[in-house]
Amino acid sequence: MGQVLRAIVEPGFFASGLVQRAALIGALVAVVAACVGVFTVLRGQSFAGEALGDIGAAGGSSAYLAGVAPLWGFVAIAVAAAGAIELIGVRHARAAFRDLATGIVLGFGFGLAALFLYLGTIEQSTSGEPVTILFGDVFLLDSSLLPLVAGFGAVALALVLVLYRPLLLASVSGELAAARGLPVRALGALYLLALALAVALAAVTIGAILSTALLVGPAATALQLTRRPSHAIAAAAALGVAAVWLGILAAWDSYYWPPLHHGWPVSFFVVTFVLIGYIGARLWSRRSGGG
Amino acid sequence: MFSGFMTNAWIVASVVAAVGGAVGFFVVLRGSAFVAHAVPGGSFAGAAAALLAGINTLIGLAAFSAGGALGIGLLGRRGRHDVATALALVFMLGLGALLLSFTAQDAPALESLLFGEVLGIGANQLAPTLALAAGCMAALALLWRPLLLASVLPDSASARGLAPFAVELAFLLLVAAVTTMTVPVVGTTLIFSVMIGPPAAARAFTVRPGVAVALSVAIALAVVWAAIALSFQTNWPVGFFVGSGSACAYTLSRGWTWAQSRRRRG
Repeated sequence: MGQVLRAIVEPGFFASGLVQRAALIGALVAVVAACVGVFTVLRGQSFAGEALGDIGAAGGSSAYLAGVAPLWGFVAIAVAAAGAIELIGVRHARAAFRDLATGIVLGFGFGLAALFLYLGTIEQSTSGEPVTILFGDVFLLDSSLLPLVAGFGAVALALVLVLYRPLLLASVSGELAAARGLPVRALGALYLLALALAVALAAVTIGAILSTALLVGPAATALQLTRRPSHAIAAAAALGVAAVWLGILAAWDSYYWPPLHHGWPVSFFVVTFVLIGYIGARLWSRRSGGG
Repeated sequence: MFSGFMTNAWIVASVVAAVGGAVGFFVVLRGSAFVAHAVPGGSFAGAAAALLAGINTLIGLAAFSAGGALGIGLLGRRGRHDVATALALVFMLGLGALLLSFTAQDAPALESLLFGEVLGIGANQLAPTLALAAGCMAALALLWRPLLLASVLPDSASARGLAPFAVELAFLLLVAAVTTMTVPVVGTTLIFSVMIGPPAAARAFTVRPGVAVALSVAIALAVVWAAIALSFQTNWPVGFFVGSGSACAYTLSRGWTWAQSRRRRG
């Protein structure tokens, strides 16, 4: 038993400061992303989340150019992009047009990312940075980020908790919410702000273009397992933390795996565990409920 | 700017813009912006796999974009389509990151896969691109009526015996083919700009499908040509100019619509 355990958890895993820091920040981010993500799934806004993450790459790379922590760039540009999506797409109630607005902003944002990454590469001539911004590396996170992550995460969580009941109603049935006199548009805009913050946090942790995994994956999995939103949020948070921790463990172990003995990317494992969880939940719910 | 190695760039980019603009009409009509983003994004893993295995990039791209398209189609068949698309996309991107970490070369390869390098197109890339483009256009012509019907009037299409799922799969595979053709040129992410901005702009000017496709192709060509010229002058990545050009075209078209509605009212 002890040997099996030692084979799974390589020696020094829990003692490493690197792992402890990664696990702490990763868990914080996973909880925030999962709570916000339940509403993303209910509202059908996965594409907006994906787009905000991708555009965040422009922010991360420009922050790198300016010499500040990438998180600031992620947050600034994600909030700006959320505003642009809201402005362009707001008149159209149909999801297809909202997607179109998101797409236009995304195309422009990715163009910017291409430019900043290029400028960064020629100016600093260090080539690892684009990879870190796009695909993340939770082991490279600085401990000075912790207060920032906690602060932005608290704002996003507070927004969702304060708006919980009206937001839930507006997400499930916009017409019913409007009939009750709820400010549906303002709710949507505030929610987009929380989404932008959550995406920026996820982007720092598992990379700009993979951030949707933490946002949507655990939430969608949880919504397959339970229909009650409050249960789904709790389950999503637990699933998200599990995916991040398992990812960190697997990445730590992968140091001894072929082919190169230099460690597989953490983000790959996180994304894979998230997808496995979702497919498993889909199969489970089909057998038990849909049957 | 028009001599030597640039000739290939002009030819290939024009072909890509024309096909992207045409197929993009259906992307916008069907509201499939997310899929049009996800299939090229996911194909990035294929390019990384080809790089690792040392085979032709086109083969890896074709395999992974077709696989991604099928995965999105199957996963999204029941349940929430956007969640399935998002998870399929991030998994393929993560896989691409893993495969890329196995190859020695990191950042330059990554950036050219994601954002494209239109100025570095060799003569040997010309033939496959042209063949794929011809195939895409032929498929588009064949699918034109069923796709149009299924996109605009889904109910009446299924009443006439068109299976919506089959049409959706055919459409996804078409997007995959366009992806395979365009990714080496404009990169996984920027083909998306060509497939979204110009068609969306074109639809502001006309409601007739044929005219809209023609207009969309024209706008796409204008955007891509301007992008190449500017990229050649400034040495900045071509993706930046394609992305901002598409957004500009769309903004202008929205301005036009707005002005029209004001004139009609006042």
